[in-house]
Amino acid sequence: MVPVERTFSLHVPSSTENLVMIREFVTSIGEQAGLPPAEIMKLETAVDEACSNVIEHAYGSDVTKEVSVRATLDDQILEITVTDTGIGFDPSTVEQKGLDKLMRGRKSGGLGMLLMRKFMDTVDYSISSDRNELRMVKRLKKE
Amino acid sequence: MANPFSIARSSQDGITILALEGYLDAHTAPQFEKAVQEEFEAGRIRLIVDCSKLTYISSAGLGVFMIFVEEIREAGGDIKICGLAPKVYQVFEILGFPSLFDIVDDIPAAVKKYEETPVRES
Repeated sequence: MVPVERTFSLHVPSSTENLVMIREFVTSIGEQAGLPPAEIMKLETAVDEACSNVIEHAYGSDVTKEVSVRATLDDQILEITVTDTGIGFDPSTVEQKGLDKLMRGRKSGGLGMLLMRKFMDTVDYSISSDRNELRMVKRLKKE
Repeated sequence: MANPFSIARSSQDGITILALEGYLDAHTAPQFEKAVQEEFEAGRIRLIVDCSKLTYISSAGLGVFMIFVEEIREAGGDIKICGLAPKVYQVFEILGFPSLFDIVDDIPAAVKKYEETPVRES
């Protein structure tokens, strides 16, 4: 049987107020994928972190801009792509410091990327001339 | 829309308890940051953050603990965390917070922790 691929999209104005809507969207996708609650929480957190970065850094909290979240689901993987047209910034280039170093430096930057990497199986970033895409994958069937 | 996040402040034996309710994300973290800042500036540096009604936390919320804890410890105080629901605890745990913060079950345990370890070494 050919696996059925389903795609869902959400487009919201770039405001942190809409993070709750993004999390609700992602939660419902996680439920459709049959993920257990602890895994849904991880998915929700990873996407929240990606969208927070876009809202606060790529768009500099400009509410006239739009954040797009696309979810593609088949029986093997759940892929989430967060797209923006703001300032391209590859979060994976941020130096990954340990928590103790961040604490000593009184910094919290880097925690979001750390969470995305810990909670998803793959995190990729691409910058093209007209848009930036952060792609995250969660495998539904672990080997 | 109802306020998605609130902080209730109380005190017990010279310790300030900040009880968080709702979700702590990039939208609501500035409220928590302001609350901790106010305590610190008022010289109230023995803090318990009660998370028993906290339903969600992202790095923006976790960052508030990171920003203040060193300064508070240098001043002779601490931030002790209690009441984390399992799904919220997993976020603290995966980032290694349990090795840097006293995380206990409830407020009485956090108060007791202050008797045993008033200031935790960073």
